[in-house]
Formats: sequence, structure tokens, C-alpha cells
Amino acid sequence: MLAMNYRGPYRVRADYKPDPEIEHPGDAIVRVLRSCICGSDLHLYHGMVPDTRVGHTFGHEFVGEVVDVGRDVQTLKAGDRVLVPFNLFCGSCFFCQRELFGNCHNTNPEATAVGAIYGYSHTAGGYDGGQAEYVRVPMADVGPLPIPDDLHLDDAVLLTDAVPTGYQAAEMGDIQEGDTVVIFGAGPVGIFAAKSAWLMGAGRVIVVDEVEYRLEFVKRYAQCEVVNFREVNDMAEHIKKMTDWMGADVTIDCVGGDAAGSIAQTLTGRLMKMQAGASTVLHWAINCVRKGGNVSIVGVYGPTFNMVPMGNVLNKGLTIRANQASVKRHLPRLIEHIREGRLNPKEIITHRVPLEEVADAYHIFSSKLDNCIKTVLIPPSAREVQAVNATALH
Amino acid sequence: MEHHHHHDGDAGHVHAHPLQGDMADGPRRPSREELAHINGWGADLDRKNRPAILMERTPARFIHPHEGKLPQQPENVEILVSTERPGITPIFGTVQPPKGLSGMIRRLAFKWSENDMRRWLLLLAADRVNVVEGVGEDLVHGKVPNVLAEMGIKAEWEHNRAGLVKKAVLTGAVLGAAVYLMRRRPR
Ligand SMILES: [Zn+2]
Ligand SMILES: [Zn+2]
Repeated sequence: MLAMNYRGPYRVRADYKPDPEIEHPGDAIVRVLRSCICGSDLHLYHGMVPDTRVGHTFGHEFVGEVVDVGRDVQTLKAGDRVLVPFNLFCGSCFFCQRELFGNCHNTNPEATAVGAIYGYSHTAGGYDGGQAEYVRVPMADVGPLPIPDDLHLDDAVLLTDAVPTGYQAAEMGDIQEGDTVVIFGAGPVGIFAAKSAWLMGAGRVIVVDEVEYRLEFVKRYAQCEVVNFREVNDMAEHIKKMTDWMGADVTIDCVGGDAAGSIAQTLTGRLMKMQAGASTVLHWAINCVRKGGNVSIVGVYGPTFNMVPMGNVLNKGLTIRANQASVKRHLPRLIEHIREGRLNPKEIITHRVPLEEVADAYHIFSSKLDNCIKTVLIPPSAREVQAVNATALH
Repeated sequence: MEHHHHHDGDAGHVHAHPLQGDMADGPRRPSREELAHINGWGADLDRKNRPAILMERTPARFIHPHEGKLPQQPENVEILVSTERPGITPIFGTVQPPKGLSGMIRRLAFKWSENDMRRWLLLLAADRVNVVEGVGEDLVHGKVPNVLAEMGIKAEWEHNRAGLVKKAVLTGAVLGAAVYLMRRRPR
């Protein structure tokens, strides 16, 4: 089958590799109809995630059609269309029983500190991802959700990560009515965090980034205020000024270790790897929030350590919440929001690229060319189906 | 708003900061009317509508857990396992098993726990070695990797031509200078 193939930092290509097979009685094989490139794929693409092996296929955001199932699978059959949450989880371990589906203990032998994620290096379990024609989907009765007939495939694919991660980011901020919420990062997750902050009754939503076209987009799409940090002398001072000198009630990190904005952090975190990515945004999130406020983190950092102003966390009495989104628990409510028109995820898709052109798609997304917000990859086998079922498929 | 005061023993210094002023009850909060134009505002104001509060919730909703003990996936390729658990998980990924020099470094790295910096630094080192092995593998299969295409030069040409030309001119200048210097040296 054709699949995205990692060759080294900034080097990927579409290449042929063997089709995946059933390896566990709970597995399904899914033929991919659409997959996305995610901001966190860029951490892999930039060579920042330890144990990213050459030949790996990335892609944790995909929807597809079941083509084969293992002997234990009861709820899915060939032909079912499914949305596959990016977390790969068992459904029965201590953590899954508590709905911490992103922290499953039974699916990632390589590390205990992180759950398993499709196409996200061997540190996240060593599973190939969905930027391919076919994917092995373990625990098929547990993870995948059959796509309701009235849900557009483009909305479905954004429900695998970007929407629930943005939503959970806002939710972990424990937003109260009228709160001022500052969101760092105007990528897809930041965009959906902004939308979700409104759903939860925020009074002001401010999104911070450096890329002007993204700020323009989020300002219109999420009806929020924006700040370009390149135009700001000092982030904490600026946010204090904007908030009657109090600071934000809630700050949200939707960037992670690839952050720009501080030369020292970029040097130590991104170039010299002396910390697990640049902690610029963590630093801002802690120093821009008001005393007693909440800091929510969904930006991805590496497994080692980061330099953060911990004294301020203590002295300001902050609450920090963080996690990989537990995608499945959000899906019923998020589908309701889409049905009611409160969320329209597919509007953020700016690029549709054949899987064959995956190298260019990564470069465009990584270098923020061509006003790119979200890229969807379409495998060749899915294009034929689309042509046949064009009307049935919305 | 000027504010002058004198400390004993500090005569002659005049401090002229504006006053902080009385703390208000907090920043101004927009009213519901002011927020009415925002699509979906407040739909999940009620915490009952928020799916992830509490963070831990038992029993889990929205899934069909496997009944009984999870079957064990057979181990047909080499899997490296964290030292922070007693053995292998019932389910695991099997792609790109460790091999070659990078594989040896990865095996070594997995002797340390996730808590140990050496594990992660060795894995990053193995990743770099693996890139060189990848080029070697391509060549063995009679394939010269098209590095520029893999880096997305087509997209760069289409969407950032000026930047690409600048990079090419710079690279050309550096290479030219290097060639010039190398030719000059023997004399
Ligand atoms: Zn993602
Ligand atoms: Zn589990």
C-alpha cells in the first residue's frame, strides 16, 4: 500500500510498504478515507520526539472504512465507516475504567508516561498511523466510533483530535461565566479552544500567535480578540494591561515545545535539546494568568523536562491541568454541537492533498506557506470510492 | 496623578510613580447581552454538559470494554519494553523493530528507565544514526533518495519562490567560496 514514510528530520515521502495485518483478535483493518496532518506531527517531522524510527508512517487523525476484523470484534464489520480517536486504548485497564482513555496502560509497552497514539513514534507505542491507505486499528470495539449518516467525513476527521483537544483544553481551564481566557497558539487546536471557551461562557477570548494569517482566521472564525506577540514588548505586561491589570482568569497552552518567541528558549529547547522543547508558552501561560487562576496545557512537550517559573505557580496559587485529550468521552457532545451549528469544524480545512504529495504537504504546513491552517490527505484508493459515491457521500 | 513622598534619611530623592489606585472588584465582565452575538455562547455553561469534568469518571461511558481478560498479542518481532513495568503490554505496535547500529543504541537506551535522561538522549542519538542507515538502505535498494523532493522543494517553489531563490543563492555562494578556497590552498 501507499503510505507516508519518514526518512529523517524535514524529510518524508510517499512510498510503498506491506499492508497491515490483524495481529490481535481485537484488531480491525481500516481503509483510510481521509487523514490530517496535525501540529503535533511537526514535532516528529522536526526530529524532536525520541525513538522516531526511519520508515515510520505518521498520522493519528483519520477516518475510514473497516475492511477486516479480528475474531473477537463484535460491534464492527466490514463496510462500516468509522472515526478513529487518536488515542489507542484498551477500554478495560485502571485508567480506561476512569475514562482516562489517553492514558491507557495496556497499549504502549515502550513507555508508561504516555498512552499509545497512532503514528507517533515508538515512544507512543510503535504503531503506524493513518497517512496511508490502510491502518491496523487495535481494540476495534472500544476506540472507533461508527460515523453517523448525517456527519460529514470532513467534520468526522476533525473529531479525531483537533476539536476534542481544543474542547478539553477549554474544559480543563474550568471556565466560569464572564472569564477572560487567553489562548496561546492559533493553529487548529487553539481555534477550537477559542470556540469552546465561548461555549463554556467566557466573557473574553484572546488568542496569541505570531502568524498574521492565522490570527486573521481565528479572529473571524472564533469571533475573538487577537494579539501578535511579535508586536508586543512583554507578554505578561501586555495581558495585564488588557485585563485591568489583573491577568487572565484562564490561560491555555495550545503550542507546546515548538514555540517561537524567545531566543533563549529556542536555543536551549529546540536547537540544543537541553530541555524537552521550548517552554516559552508555559512561561507566558503562568505569568499572564491572574493569581488563583487556571492554566491548561494541551501543547505537546518531550519526555524529559522543561524550565518553567515554578515559584510563580506556587506564589500565585495556580491550578495547572493538562492531559492528552480523552477523545472518546467528548464525541457525543461535540457531535451535538456540530448538529446544532454551534461548531463547524470542516471550515478550517484549507488544503486537500493527494497522499502522493505528502512531502509538499508537510513542508507547506511546517513552513506556514499558502495560508495553510489544516491539511487533509486523500489516499489514491479513497479517491476512486469518492468518485463512485459522490452523492451518497454528501 | 503625581505622588511625592519623603522617607527619613532619604531626603532629596523624589519618587514620582503614579498610584496603583484602588483595586476594583476585578476586571469588567461583559454582560450576556453583549455576548449574545457569539455563536453557541454559553451552551456548555452548565457543567453537566462538559464531558471531561470530573477528570476521572467511573464507570467509563461511550465504550464497549472487552469482557474478561484481554487476549495477549503474540510477540513475533523484537519489542523494547520500558523498565517501569513488569513486562510487555497485551497490545503493542510491531512496525520498524530495532535493527542495525541504531537498534543496538535503542536496546541500550531501554536499559534505563523513563526517569533517566540517558535513555532519551541515547534514543535521540539512535534516531540520527537511523537516518544515515535509511539513506544506506535506499542505496542498497538501488534508490537514490531525492532529498530535495522529500523536503518539499516543489511546494517551496510554488509558494515561497523568493525564499527559495535566496537560499539557493546563499548556498551557491557558500559552495563557490569553499571551492575557491580549496583550489587556492595548494599554491
Ligand atoms: Zn493531532
Ligand atoms: Zn486501557
